[in-house]
Amino acid sequence: MYASIKQMVKYMRNSKISKIRWSFIIFFIPVFLWLFLLIVLPHLELLRMSFLGKSGFTFKNYSAFFTEPIYWLTFVRTALYSILVTFIVLIIALPISFFITKVVNLRIQGVLSVLLLVPFWVSELIRVYGWMILLRESGVLNHFLVGIGLFKQPTEMLYNDITMIMGLVYTSMLFMIIPIIGVMESLDDALIEAAYDLGAKKMAIWREIIIPYSMPGIMSGSIIVFMLVLGSYLTPKLMGGKNSLWFTEQIYNQIITYFNWNQGAAFGFLLLALSSVIIWVALKLTKQDFRKVVK
Amino acid sequence: MIRTLPNSKSYLSGYKLFALFYFIFLFAPLVITMILAFNNSMFPSLPWKGFTLDWFFGPGPEKTGLFYDKMNLRAIATSIKVAISVSILSTIIGTMAAFLFEQEDFKFKGALYFLMIAPLVIPGVILGISILLFSTTVGLFIENVLGIDVKILRPGFWLIVLGQFSFITTIVTMAISARLRKFDRTLEEAAADLGANRFTVIWLITLQYLKPSIIGGAAIAFLMSFENFNTTTFLISSQPTLPIILYQQVRDGSTPVINAISFILIVTVSIVAVGNFYFKSKEKD
Repeated sequence: MYASIKQMVKYMRNSKISKIRWSFIIFFIPVFLWLFLLIVLPHLELLRMSFLGKSGFTFKNYSAFFTEPIYWLTFVRTALYSILVTFIVLIIALPISFFITKVVNLRIQGVLSVLLLVPFWVSELIRVYGWMILLRESGVLNHFLVGIGLFKQPTEMLYNDITMIMGLVYTSMLFMIIPIIGVMESLDDALIEAAYDLGAKKMAIWREIIIPYSMPGIMSGSIIVFMLVLGSYLTPKLMGGKNSLWFTEQIYNQIITYFNWNQGAAFGFLLLALSSVIIWVALKLTKQDFRKVVK
Repeated sequence: MIRTLPNSKSYLSGYKLFALFYFIFLFAPLVITMILAFNNSMFPSLPWKGFTLDWFFGPGPEKTGLFYDKMNLRAIATSIKVAISVSILSTIIGTMAAFLFEQEDFKFKGALYFLMIAPLVIPGVILGISILLFSTTVGLFIENVLGIDVKILRPGFWLIVLGQFSFITTIVTMAISARLRKFDRTLEEAAADLGANRFTVIWLITLQYLKPSIIGGAAIAFLMSFENFNTTTFLISSQPTLPIILYQQVRDGSTPVINAISFILIVTVSIVAVGNFYFKSKEKD
């Protein structure tokens, strides 16, 4: 009796192991191929190409970046503007998310959340195009402002830094609001009620309860927004002026216009390094874990 | 402060005004784009010159509506083909990845997971160029060594599909993983005790449970692929997708036919968004 039970347990264990291994192999191979062939190897190739010139190995592509002010100035500008846009987006997104999750009537809450989502699904290009026909010299806004006599003649409102920043805020807004709404929904109203009953001011409630509680949402929203803005091409290209060059445009020019793939690869790698460093610093400063943040 | 507490009138009306401005800011460009699709003018701007459907159905030559505009129609067809391929591929691999990361244990799982979410923080432009560089290198290598020209590695349809697949699969994986994490594994154990093998269990039990997230993931993949510009722009050849061709028209100026395209896309997306909301709230009840 004992021996047969022992044998049965052994059999079960063996069969379980072999089954798990099979499913593991079937799941593992395609996922590994995807990540290895389409993520790891292409980026290693990007790194390799960035060190190649006409006559083999060279640092020329990187030294060009540091010796030509136009390159590194664009790089610094892109980084600073991306951080600025992320902050503006956060400052608008917090009260809007709070309004929708905690202030507004439950009846219209659903309607407002759908309204929020619609522009998020419409492509960036169409949204930017909408701003272009609103703001350009022959645009709708100028038509109205001249019509009511506020402006004497149409003014070009596109092609400057402020409009470009507004456009970037607009196109990335919802990627901040969605994760923040996600965490705010689970914030227990009783916490805010208790603080209120104990006499806390609104600012104190925001500072002590709402913001600390929403931190995971704020971080994941900030990372996504920062990445989207940093890697944005359409919005700076179409809404920014001649002087609002974005670093992605430099990469695009090197690869597509000048066909200088090695220089483009070096720029691409620098952008990748920049984004990784800034995200890493932000995570360290706020003591968040990357894996938890993206979940 | 919140809806369960007494709020001063000025606080509430101030907040409502702020939200109103926000929603105007959100919708102004979309609404204007849609309205100007019906303006009887050669340019997408005011003044209003009367209502027309010419930008949809005008046969040309003066006003060529969308349904007679071969270039845009072809781009839409290409985009739909790419999007269908990407959503099928990424849903299959994304489901496998969700199972791999949620239900299997193996060495270096953490490292592989890290790699899987990396595309979220890689700018699309960089994914595009690295895949372009890599496929060109491999293509040249195969051609030099074996003398075979591998079409799939040249810029074109399949390279676009691969490029978009590389990061869209991450998003699909995360959508499916989120649901798989909530799955009660005792159901699988029960089925296994009754004699079902691992794949029968997955097919009959787990996948049925995952169905909403798989459909949702496929829909997200379709939309993301349909709208992608940054990665795609480096991988196109003679057959551009819709965003690429729209971009050229927006940059160089065009007739309101772009408004007509935008109108159709915005309306479609709104219907999907409302439908999705309805579906979800029904599921909750």
